[in-house]
Amino acid sequence: MTPRRRLAGVGSFALASALLLSACGGGSGDDTGETSAEGDSSGIVTVSSGEPQNPLTPGMTNEVYGGLVVKNIYEGLVSYDAEGAVHNEVAESIESDDNKTWTITIKDGWEFSDGTPVTASSFVDSWKYIANIENAQNQQYFFNGFKGYDPEKPSDIAVEVVDDHTFTAELSVPSSDFELWLGYSAFYPMPEAFFEDPEAFADEPIGNGPYEIESWEHDQQISLRPSDSYAGERTPANGGIDMIAYTEEDAAYNDLLSDNLDIITNVPASAFGTFEDDLGDRAVNQPAAVIQVVNVPEWVEEFQGEAGVKRRKAISMAIDRPTITETIYQGARTPAHDFTSPVIDGYSEDIPGSEILEYNADEAKKLWDEAQSESPIADDYTLLIASNADSDHQTWVDAVCNNIRQVLEIGCEFDPYTTFDEFLDARDNQEIKGIFRGGWQADWPSMSNFLGPIYGTGAGSNDMKYSSKAFDAKLDEAAAAESPEDATALYKEAQEILFQDVPGIPLWYQNATAGYSQAVENVQFGWDSDPILYQVTKSE
Amino acid sequence: MLSYLGRRILQLIPVFLGATLLLYAMVFLRPGDPIAALGGERGLPEATQEAIRAEYNLDKPFIVQYLLFLRGVVTLDFGVDFRGREITEVIANAFPVTMQLALMALVIEAVFGIGFGLIAGLRKGKFFDGTVMVLSLTLIAVPTFVLGFIMQIVVGVNLGWLPVTVGNNPDFVSLLMPAIVLAGTSFAYVLRLTRTSVAENSTADYVRTARARGLGRYQVTTRHVLRNSLIPVVTFIGADLGALMSGSIITEGIFNIHGVGGTLYDAITRGESVTVVAMTTVLVVVYIAANLLVDLLYAALDPRIRYA
Repeated sequence: MTPRRRLAGVGSFALASALLLSACGGGSGDDTGETSAEGDSSGIVTVSSGEPQNPLTPGMTNEVYGGLVVKNIYEGLVSYDAEGAVHNEVAESIESDDNKTWTITIKDGWEFSDGTPVTASSFVDSWKYIANIENAQNQQYFFNGFKGYDPEKPSDIAVEVVDDHTFTAELSVPSSDFELWLGYSAFYPMPEAFFEDPEAFADEPIGNGPYEIESWEHDQQISLRPSDSYAGERTPANGGIDMIAYTEEDAAYNDLLSDNLDIITNVPASAFGTFEDDLGDRAVNQPAAVIQVVNVPEWVEEFQGEAGVKRRKAISMAIDRPTITETIYQGARTPAHDFTSPVIDGYSEDIPGSEILEYNADEAKKLWDEAQSESPIADDYTLLIASNADSDHQTWVDAVCNNIRQVLEIGCEFDPYTTFDEFLDARDNQEIKGIFRGGWQADWPSMSNFLGPIYGTGAGSNDMKYSSKAFDAKLDEAAAAESPEDATALYKEAQEILFQDVPGIPLWYQNATAGYSQAVENVQFGWDSDPILYQVTKSE
Repeated sequence: MLSYLGRRILQLIPVFLGATLLLYAMVFLRPGDPIAALGGERGLPEATQEAIRAEYNLDKPFIVQYLLFLRGVVTLDFGVDFRGREITEVIANAFPVTMQLALMALVIEAVFGIGFGLIAGLRKGKFFDGTVMVLSLTLIAVPTFVLGFIMQIVVGVNLGWLPVTVGNNPDFVSLLMPAIVLAGTSFAYVLRLTRTSVAENSTADYVRTARARGLGRYQVTTRHVLRNSLIPVVTFIGADLGALMSGSIITEGIFNIHGVGGTLYDAITRGESVTVVAMTTVLVVVYIAANLLVDLLYAALDPRIRYA
């Protein structure tokens, strides 16, 4: 988030919105080839970043700056490649007969950088700790699929050590994509040193990843160097990573242009129009696992019932997504065709019902008029689109409103909230009187992660209070599916239901907009918008 | 003189208490819930939020929070911020570089502002005067961030004469460009103030008398014209030190300087009242100290002014 951005998108780097707003990257990346032998393996790669907002532990880090460090100093049971496919790292095998009770065996020979071995209890203790409300961990939420999880009171999730190299995990409902979860940072192991003194550990985290922290100058720079004890697939092809803190994306961009910096993870909005010319084939611009929507709250009267659904569809069809993404974002957003993201396995542009995401002025007006005759609302009706205003949201809201005013011949206005937390307050207290901005960045590369947590009845991020029995049932069915292919087919059917009810109106996918200098090679951005740092080589 | 100084320092106490109370109240009244925002779009469970609120004393009434803050001032220990870092350490890290930047800007604006202003004032209506007047008007009209971006791209990226950003290496060379940008507007004001004041004083009776006494041009200019012209200029420069320190957010952002501006901005958006108030308090003290210094300088510049 970036922080940045201070002038153009004031405050978009605020911690609060960092998770979603400063997210970028993703896609399969242009294939820069394998980790080749070219380049100097001792070159230090510099990356634009910022001061981590939380202790660098799997349980606390939940924003992009800290996330990039944590991903490189720890290693999980599995790791993701650029396409989001999982590869075993610490895990020897992850097996289950019923998608519910899983048995995990881990490989021999893994060590933390303090020399202690990675055992089954490194995972079990860490997971139990993070999942327990008593420990007030930011990442507690990610264990909500485990049996015994409780967001309200102290709890003990059903994860048990069998022997040094084996443990079991029991989920509350079957989940066919459990393996995909395990590359996420909340599931990384922690050494005994953490449990002895969590505060001291936060200053000098000890991981089992490809890198370890050599030095950390707060607010300025974090230096990572290859770890001797690393035993996984992601062996560093460079001499280390220096993460340089920037308060403005523009400053980082100018440093990149003058070759003072190797990789920027986010192109500033001011350079959207020019960065592909400036950088040539060193520019990265591909859809990421981030979708932006406007949510339709169930508590607003005019969007309830049959007529309400017609109004939702009318609004969706009144929005000219390709024009807005082209003119406002200069192509740094991709018009949405579903409720997930193009980088997710099983993504499809022709799910039945998805035609409401196409601009169709006549049909939109017709639907709105039908709704008016069925259940009329005032002729001088003004639609409000709510969002926090501390980031650059006014621009797109104005554009969407222009569409709506012209096509539906109703009023439409931006309903700004000064800060992100004020917006959250109003949203959670159901004080918002129109539709409101929403967005989702995937935690792991799976369709279920885009659907369940947002549209499931009572789900954590179901801010519009949508509830559909048919949809819930379809999700359960998909989670228990025998194969990933079956699951994908069912998730598509679940999306058909969403296209009928329109609890949210998908707008566009955020793109990875990034770039790198002439000094580095083999730069790829992963499905999760982060650069895959271990394989970068630096020629000097 | 000493008793005057003592009185002025005692005045600090009510100013300090008033300023911190007011600041604390303003941050306290800031709408929204910073803890709820810690979890990003996804939010944190209510119980976790409660635990964090208790940890940072945010569940206590306003007056208790304020008294805890005052205790922090006395013991110089404000506890840790939301990121788990010692607040005193955060402040101690942010101030030196901003102080260095502000002082460099101050020297630039004082030396060049007074220098050019003096020449322009002595040659009022001539070509040099007209040129610097147009130049200073342009500097005042151009916003700081425009000047900053242009200089960064032209001098830094295209010509490569000076470092593009400062980053974690705040030395004299890398701070030079940001200091020039930061000094820009104030330089123009100092120049104009000096020019007007000098032009006025050069035609004053005592200057004519000094000339009539046969004093040399140099002595007349430095001892009589300049010295008497400096009072309004020194007032402006003194007040400007505080403004340069607190107002460098934009410049710090453009040149990636990790100083007061960025730290304060981050703390405000995170709703960390203790950090915000503690840092602002230091700024208040800087303002007061700079003003005191200016008042003392008056006496040095104008022998008619005496403090007792």
